[in-house]
Amino acid sequence: MAIGDYVPHAPGYVETPGTKIVTSRFTYEDSYTLERYEATGGYEGLKAALKRTPEEVHGETRDATLLGRGGAGFPAGIKWGFCPPEVWPRYLVVNGDESEPGTYKDRLLMERDPHQLIEGCLIACYAIGLSQCFLYVRGEMAIAQQRIADALNEAYAKGYIGQNILGSDFSVDIVLHWGAGAYIVGEETALIESLEGNRGMPRLKPPFFPAAVGLYGQPTIVNNVETLANLPWLMNNSAEEYKKYGSETSPGTRMFAVSGQVKRPGVYEVEQGVTTYEDLLYGDDYCQGMRDGRTLKAFVPGGGSAPWLFPEQVSLPLEARPVGAAGTMLGSGAIMVMDDSSCAVKSALRLVRFYARESCGKCTPCREGTSWEEKILQRIYDGHGRPGDIELLLDVADNISPGPYPVASDESQGLEAVPFPPKQTTICPLGPSSVAPITSALRRFRHEFDEKIAMAATANHPEISVDLDSKAEVSS
Amino acid sequence: MSRLSDANVALAHDIIRRYPRPKSALIPLLHLAQEQDGWVSDDAMSHLAELVGVTPAEVKGTCTFYEMFKLHPVGTYMVNICTNLSCQLLGGEELLHHAEETLGIRAGGTTEDGMFTIEDVECIAACTEAPCIQVNYRFGLRLTHDDFDDIIAALRAGNTPDKLITSNPGEPIPSHGTLGLARQTMTEEQTANIIAPEQIHEAPVWLTAAAKDN
Repeated sequence: MAIGDYVPHAPGYVETPGTKIVTSRFTYEDSYTLERYEATGGYEGLKAALKRTPEEVHGETRDATLLGRGGAGFPAGIKWGFCPPEVWPRYLVVNGDESEPGTYKDRLLMERDPHQLIEGCLIACYAIGLSQCFLYVRGEMAIAQQRIADALNEAYAKGYIGQNILGSDFSVDIVLHWGAGAYIVGEETALIESLEGNRGMPRLKPPFFPAAVGLYGQPTIVNNVETLANLPWLMNNSAEEYKKYGSETSPGTRMFAVSGQVKRPGVYEVEQGVTTYEDLLYGDDYCQGMRDGRTLKAFVPGGGSAPWLFPEQVSLPLEARPVGAAGTMLGSGAIMVMDDSSCAVKSALRLVRFYARESCGKCTPCREGTSWEEKILQRIYDGHGRPGDIELLLDVADNISPGPYPVASDESQGLEAVPFPPKQTTICPLGPSSVAPITSALRRFRHEFDEKIAMAATANHPEISVDLDSKAEVSS
Repeated sequence: MSRLSDANVALAHDIIRRYPRPKSALIPLLHLAQEQDGWVSDDAMSHLAELVGVTPAEVKGTCTFYEMFKLHPVGTYMVNICTNLSCQLLGGEELLHHAEETLGIRAGGTTEDGMFTIEDVECIAACTEAPCIQVNYRFGLRLTHDDFDDIIAALRAGNTPDKLITSNPGEPIPSHGTLGLARQTMTEEQTANIIAPEQIHEAPVWLTAAAKDN
């Protein structure tokens, strides 16, 4: 295995040049065992943290400007500071419910290096006085659950977790918890509801964010897996060292999953800010350009909820601010690439269908609106679109996430960008996220919608036929 | 179907002890019931309600929210085929169609022999390895239609398919309901201090000790 190759035991991960902060052990086949972890500097970060005061550990994290890796990109050190003083106990909930379309990095971190995550949890608990930690792993990730269960058992047996950790007065419990298939549970208040044994429906915030009123009504820090996985390295080094990587506002490295119609899709850990989308999509060390000599049509820059970017924007750096200024987000670090053979209507439909299926049903605009968006897109795609469907689609979208969406207008007629971050008539951003693929596709590829609708108007619809030779149609 | 077996009741108590409030254990306990029977029955839900001290309706309320819990018997092998954008771009829908034709059922259906259920699922976090599937939550990556047929044939023959990824090579694919093959085990001596939040009023000792030192 050489630099630039897939790592066979970590399918999808590609080893690339440059410093690795969170994926440094991925090249070892046994990276998930305690033996390998300890042999490669494991739990040294915890020992270093325990030699310092909790306030110093918190300060180091704040100074490093460690940005949350779940999607919102809020600095972890500042979030930790939001716990109201003198309200006890406080809890840590680790968000490992990774389900955003196109996203996977937390799953690899949990499967390949569970001890690194556990050590990160311990450091966070020590820094801000959290008395119990819940590791919420997505239900469908059976192998991650198995590896974390084994790792927790090993770490408990070795005295890294539990009563008086490594002989100090620091004591904490870490509990493996797992979900059962609901994207919405990745939203932090829904995650807390789910952890309380309820239906995973988001809570209204403000006024109360989880750091003030969370699990069981107590102050609760919800952090993403990748965010916490950075902490052992940070404790072994320093905030100053951390900031040598990446850019000033987005220091450190980040994992990006690039999928879709590129030659070598993969998960890459790269420095933020100094690397661009172009580097990732076309670089020899990375995706090596489009498949089959095709050209880039559009790409989703940060998970299914992010408005799309287009070929002329590939030079944007992988950094929250410039990507935000371009009207979209770095989000969860998931890049989905569409080439010129793809159909914009279909791509928008497939993403919208996701939100329609995953809506929790709490807020009417999202529950009803997302499924109407799907139905309208489906009939346009199927060749049954009606005149006025695009206006209807935007009207439904406007009820979930108020526009303005200039009706019957694409960018050639002056539509610059779609509003982002979206406004919302809902409690959480799930419903408004369904609008991004629609407006993105319409903005640049409106003609594809118009063509399909025009074809429907002139088509002489044949009678609906059932393929009676299909085995799947034969009922028993 | 049935209530939890005695062995599973003991496991359930172990799990409940890990949470400051018993109801928090509900989702892991529903998984335990599904592991036992392959699906979650009304009797099992009533039993869980007794164990955590809520009503059966509350258990059903939670259970029905999460799509991994099946309220009726399903196949021994749950075949989840992703058709979200990254997979769709690289043939996920064609793979789903192939699976439907091969097994003679539509997505959501179960084969007559009770071996396979197919589902058309959303993103399962292996997007660069499209098109991907999970069989009882074990990944199959970059699958051709022939690969899919091989997986089905191996499972029918009672073997672990080469193309499915397990934690350790050759590990069996458990029947539907069992997720990870390892469990967290926490003895009461090992745990630090898991009690209801109402019983904690003070900052943890390592914080106050550090404050005194300064």
